[in-house]
Amino acid sequence: MSLPPVVATLSRHKLTALLLMLQVGLTCAIVCNVAFMIIDRVQQMRQSSGIAENEVALIESTDLDDNAQPLVRHAADLAALRAIAGVKSAAAVGALPFNHHDWSNGIQLTPDGTARTTASVFSGTPGEADTLGVHLIAGRDFLPDEYVPEGSARDWDGLDQVSATIVTRALAEKLFPGQDPLGKSIYPSDKPVRIVGVIDHLQRPQAHESTDNDYATLLPMLPDGNDVTYVLRSAPQDRERILKQAAQVLERLYGNRILRHAQTFEQLRIDFFHRNRTMIGLLIAAAVGLLIVTALGISGLSSFWVQQRRRSIGIRRAVGATQRDILLYFQCENFLIVSIGVLLGCLLAYALNTVLMQYYEQSRLPALYLAIGAPVLWLLGQLAVLGPALRASTVPPVVAVRAQ
Amino acid sequence: MLGYYSLLALSSFKRSRIITALMVLAIGLGIGASMTMITVLHVMSGDPLPGHSAHLYVPVIDPHPISRVKAKDSAADGAMTWTDAMYLLRTARADRQAAMAAGTLPIQPAQASLRPFFESGHYVTADFFPMFSTPFRAGGGWNVQDDAHHARVVVLNASLNRKLFGDVASIGRSVRLKNTDFRVVGVLDDWQPQPTFYAQIDNAAFGSVDQFFVPLQTAQELNFATSGRMWCWGSGGDARKSDHCTWLQFWVELDSADKARAYQVFLADYWRDQQAHGRFPRPVNAQLYSLMDWLNNQHVVPGDLHLQLWLALGFLGVCMLNIVGLLLAKFLRRNGEISVRRALGARRRDVFLQLGIEAGMVGLAGGLLGLALAEFGLWSVRRRPDGYAHLAHMDGAMLLGTFALAVIAGLFAGLLPAWRACNITPALQLKTQ
Repeated sequence: MSLPPVVATLSRHKLTALLLMLQVGLTCAIVCNVAFMIIDRVQQMRQSSGIAENEVALIESTDLDDNAQPLVRHAADLAALRAIAGVKSAAAVGALPFNHHDWSNGIQLTPDGTARTTASVFSGTPGEADTLGVHLIAGRDFLPDEYVPEGSARDWDGLDQVSATIVTRALAEKLFPGQDPLGKSIYPSDKPVRIVGVIDHLQRPQAHESTDNDYATLLPMLPDGNDVTYVLRSAPQDRERILKQAAQVLERLYGNRILRHAQTFEQLRIDFFHRNRTMIGLLIAAAVGLLIVTALGISGLSSFWVQQRRRSIGIRRAVGATQRDILLYFQCENFLIVSIGVLLGCLLAYALNTVLMQYYEQSRLPALYLAIGAPVLWLLGQLAVLGPALRASTVPPVVAVRAQ
Repeated sequence: MLGYYSLLALSSFKRSRIITALMVLAIGLGIGASMTMITVLHVMSGDPLPGHSAHLYVPVIDPHPISRVKAKDSAADGAMTWTDAMYLLRTARADRQAAMAAGTLPIQPAQASLRPFFESGHYVTADFFPMFSTPFRAGGGWNVQDDAHHARVVVLNASLNRKLFGDVASIGRSVRLKNTDFRVVGVLDDWQPQPTFYAQIDNAAFGSVDQFFVPLQTAQELNFATSGRMWCWGSGGDARKSDHCTWLQFWVELDSADKARAYQVFLADYWRDQQAHGRFPRPVNAQLYSLMDWLNNQHVVPGDLHLQLWLALGFLGVCMLNIVGLLLAKFLRRNGEISVRRALGARRRDVFLQLGIEAGMVGLAGGLLGLALAEFGLWSVRRRPDGYAHLAHMDGAMLLGTFALAVIAGLFAGLLPAWRACNITPALQLKTQ
């Protein structure tokens, strides 16, 4: 099959061919960027929180008594919660990944230095690390005598008294690149806090920029406000039952409180990402819609062309072209149009990507997406043209001599 | 003539049913998707306080130290320290001014049948109600003296009032908020501006409704918890009464542009004066945002929605290209018919009109389909678990807009093909056929 006749024919349908190329190009550009966004968002949603998500459940309790002694209350509550059958461990915590209770501090390396970054505080009762199931990769857990109250009533002055911290690997690498962070001091406030342990991963309660998402400090501070979140660890299938029992147990122990947000960790995660899910759904719908519209467009246009060229096809058949030649001709023509469209699409895709980078914090589109997008469009074009091309190949040679 | 051309168009559709259906479907999908998103953005960008918003401003002064680790999006959230907010309140240079903060409190109903529950509201100062022209069903706000005396008074919104007292006017009755009794002085007539423009703008700006309002000073005295962002630098003392934590929202009402300019000068003077006292280390840059500018500045409409709009418009664009291509192919295929008509004396303009009507009819049918699809799209938006979901309804203007968009899109798509087709030369075509 030689190209010149195909090009010659197309040059007689310049405008139509141009429109089709433009359509293929736009589709290619949009679909590649959309696919990139989908993958990006899926990755965000998949990001591990760093805790044993399928074993953790939580319930928030607010003591309504103004003169309550929160530390005593929490200890009693926790003892009762641990007694529930199936509860492996329990802790009272101030923050959790995805729960929006974000207390972030600027972290300095000297008392009066400038903050290198901000990191979220994760406070909790002894056993927090085990209950959450974070992975300690270096150092140790907190010692019992390292715990101090948070000081929620005194402007959170616990931060000035706490002496030890466990940080995430990401934070350690940010603050002390290439060094052993164990034993080093950081300054979340004016007072030094020594790093005694490193965990591999713990996501902050709120979404931050992707590089900062993991900057977390575990601090041995006991929640001492009236509002507290209890975290319960158990076998995954026990959690619903345990949550029901926990509410009853807490209510029975002390009635003057409000219990809220009793849920498994997965529910917390689902709520946190619901916007992403909506967006992913829409992006997929848009990409599929675009591909379908373009395929139908190619198909429709080819049908018109086949009808228009019945006579020429007949003549070609009459002078010796086989059905295969005719089929090949239309496929070749389509391939040419889609190729130019894809080429155009690559340029458009990067132009679109540049705009998205400017306004929507999108990163640079990897060439891989175009490398996949182009064959997909070629295949789509070939499939769309197949029907009309097959119809063209069955045009009998006798059409050539029939009057129209 | 128009009727005849419409009949011609119909018979032309009949000859290529599938392609016609395809064109209608494509334009319908494109218009449906676009109109869904345009409507969503339209209702979200609306004025939350029509008739009053023009005189309302947010003063923005920035007391943060220069070394502050800034998030990438550095747009100041306009929050103030207690010290600065109280100064602006005391000096009262604007026609009206109010400081405020959001808070969630446990409500402890008197009746035993109701368990204590949490409700979100705002801690505000006296001018809040007249400044925002809040509609009262009964009673009213409180005055500056009540602020100064830390009065235990509360204004309830309609739904909390109904929950606690049924449908009776509860003025003078008592509500227990976090172990303190407050006297109801006013009941709002279901006031729910969308977005809650006066609050910190965050993901909950749409859909949240404040159910109670208590004096800010009273809330401070009782140490009521606030919700929302608080940014501190330095330490020492009670963060909420300090001059190194920003957390309060501040609004002023200024009746004229002159007053607004004067207020901005006043803010800049205050900034310089504070610099002389060792505060406000950043270069003087006092800003005054009008309500609508402020919402824009704070990105009250999530970026995702803008992206969805562009996606929908891009989709419409591809659909349009598709239709232009198909119509062009379709019209040019009929060059025999057209050249005969031309040879028989039809002017170019007649051919153009005939084909234009055919294209317009495709657009119209697509528009009708698009309208149905947009309604379906809005229905699906309303099912999203977002705060703005319930706002997604099409009003009269949007309805007309959809229709106009459809017809314009149809005509526009038909313009190029019709123009190309009406340029077919009669003689040449007759000869070659």
